Formats: sequence, C-alpha cells, structure tokens
Amino acid sequence: MSYKLSVSPDYNPEQLSGWFIFNTWLQKTFGQAVHFDVYDDFSGQRQAINDNKIDLIYANPYDAGVLMREKNFVPLVCPHKKTDEALIAVANKHLAQNVEELDMGCRVAYTQDPSVQMMGMIMLEPADLNKNDVRPILCENYILIAKNLIKGQADVGFFLTEAYDHLSNLVRKQLRPLVRSQIFIIHHTLMIHPDMLAKMPNLQQALLEMPKQTTGLDALHNLGFDCWDAIGQEEMEFMIDVVDTLRS
Amino acid sequence: MKELKDMRPEDMRGDYQETVLTYADNRARRVLYTQEEIPYPEGRLIVSTTDVTGIITHVNQSFVDMSGFSTEELMDAPHYILRHPDMPPAAFKDLWDTIEQGKKWFGYVKNLRKDGAYYWVYATVIPNVRDGQIVSYTSVRRKPSRTKVHECETFYPTLF
Repeated sequence: MSYKLSVSPDYNPEQLSGWFIFNTWLQKTFGQAVHFDVYDDFSGQRQAINDNKIDLIYANPYDAGVLMREKNFVPLVCPHKKTDEALIAVANKHLAQNVEELDMGCRVAYTQDPSVQMMGMIMLEPADLNKNDVRPILCENYILIAKNLIKGQADVGFFLTEAYDHLSNLVRKQLRPLVRSQIFIIHHTLMIHPDMLAKMPNLQQALLEMPKQTTGLDALHNLGFDCWDAIGQEEMEFMIDVVDTLRS
Repeated sequence: MKELKDMRPEDMRGDYQETVLTYADNRARRVLYTQEEIPYPEGRLIVSTTDVTGIITHVNQSFVDMSGFSTEELMDAPHYILRHPDMPPAAFKDLWDTIEQGKKWFGYVKNLRKDGAYYWVYATVIPNVRDGQIVSYTSVRRKPSRTKVHECETFYPTLF
C-alpha cells in the first residue's frame, strides 16, 4: 500500500525539490511507499481531501481548520520559528504611502492562497475596504503580482512575506511594502489522516529527530527551516480559533 | 480571580478624569482616564483567551504592549479591566448574549490602558467549542477603520 503526501499549493516553487527530498527521507525512514502528489491549485487539492486521497499533508493555516474539524486530521509538527505572515505592497511610484490612502475600487492582485487573502483583506480594513470594494486580479504566483504592480495594472498586491522577501533585488527595488503583518500565531502544519493515527507516535518522533541525521537536516534546510516543533491538539485548536475570528 | 484594584494616579500620563465603574458581576472600581489616544500598531493582532466567566487565561505580546499591563497583571484578571467608561454597557451585554449562544461577536471597542490612555480596536470574539461545550472565549483585535471609529464616537454616547 502506498500513502499519499501533499503540500499546500502555496509552497515556494524553489522548495518543490525540497519536498521531493523530504518524501524520499520519509519513505526511507518508514520503509513504506509514499507518493508525493503536487497540486497546482487549491480546489484540486480540496477535492482530493474530500475524496480521501491524502494521508499526510503540509496544510496552510486556513485549510487546517477544515482538515482537523471536518476531516479529523491530526496535527503532527509545524516548522520551528516559521509563522505565516502577509504583506501589502505597491509599486515604488504609487502615490499611496499607507493603507488608509487607498481608495474604493483599488485594484488588488493576489494569489489563490486563502491565508494570504485573509490577512491581506484584514490589513485593508483600516482603509474602509472590504472584498466588495476592490477590483480583484487573481494571479498564478507572486512574480505575476509583482509584474502587475510594476506595470501599473494593479494598485496593491498581497504577498506571503516569505515570498516577497525571496523576490529578486531587481524586482523588490521597484516595489514598496505598505504594511507587514506581525501575527506570530498562524503557521503551516504537517497533519495526518485519522486512519494513520497508529503511526503517529513513531512518525512524530522521527520528524522531531530529523536534525540529528545529516540527511534529515539537509532535507529540512531544503524546505527552508532547521527543525520541526511538535504541536498538540489544543495548540492547534487555538490557532484555528484565531483564524476563525479573522474570517469575518 | 485577582483582587480588583482601583486605578492609581501615579500610573496616569497627564491630566485625568475619574469615575467609578460597576461591572456585571457587581464589583466596582475607581477608573482614571485621559484624553490621549494610542494609535493601533500596523499589522498586529491583539489576542487573548478567557474562561467562560471572562477571566483572562492567555495573552499575546501585542496585548501586553497595547494595554500597558504586564502579562502577570493581565493573567487571571477579569477582561473588563480594559473597559473604558465611554463604552456603553449595552455593547458588552450584546457581546455576552451573543457568545453565550455559541455565536461570533464583532464590534468596535474603545479600550482603556493602565496609564489612562485609550486605543480603538475592531474586536472579534468567538466561543471555543470542545466536544460540543463552550470551554473558553478567544478575542482577536485588529486595527479599525477610522470612519467606523468616528461613527462609534457619535453613536455610543446615545446608548447610555
């Protein structure tokens, strides 16, 4: 039998190879076949979740609530000191110096990432803007958001802060952040399907001990962090509660 | 729950006014307040959790920074120590009526700091339901729209 690993489609494309390496480590450690399924969009992955086609998932904070409360997925670990933050940026030449100067009808470029959309819209609220007051421009990735801003085809862009910080210097020099979130609570989480519950203790232990092996540490570095932290049910419930308060 | 202490003149920043607030649990305290507004910090969320009676059980650093209280002072204290005298009691009755029914509440709130200054927030409070029971409440506050704050400054005094 082969298990299915999936990653929230908001992953950094540069880290895709890192996830394949992680999957190889996973198979080697457990002596079990694990197939890594990559989804280009959130709807495709949600369908796979609904069809019970995913056993292990690196979930974004927005989807984690559905996975845990509706699908009974169990949280295993989260990346150490790596929280999800969002940023609103404009082109350097844009007149707005702060969010409050943005007007109704402003053109907002964003990706499908639900967590970043949520945090971005929250940071627009001080300008009296909600989703009905802006003109949305859905982009496939953060590079295209930057392109829209630089070309003057969008007024503001919502970025995952990590993605913004990884844009090339040349691109970033043409952009200007208006506001960065400092939430510190919301993070991605590796979760397992309830049918795999019996494997949870060994799996969690192995993940926590990854940095002790060279191959494990290399695999983690390819994902952009140094180690995993264990996360308990109640800690996860708290994060989901916070995300719930932000959905309004 | 902690002993409810009166606010102290030595904690105030500048000229202050004084009143006595009586809360829903019939406890009362002397409240001192100034006319200084502290701007809500960009991009931050103030997060706290209380038990079902409103006693604080968790605070984040943004809460500590904005309220002027230490973590130790906030923990185990009633959340109403942040209540500003300009906030109509009807707003908090509506909050409690809503969350006790298991529903989410949101609204604009003027909060009182330890030093008598105030800050406006857009607050959301949700019941934390575990195994079908409300076990606690989580409140998340974020930067409000100034237009909404101005509306509340006009509307709230009519609710007393």
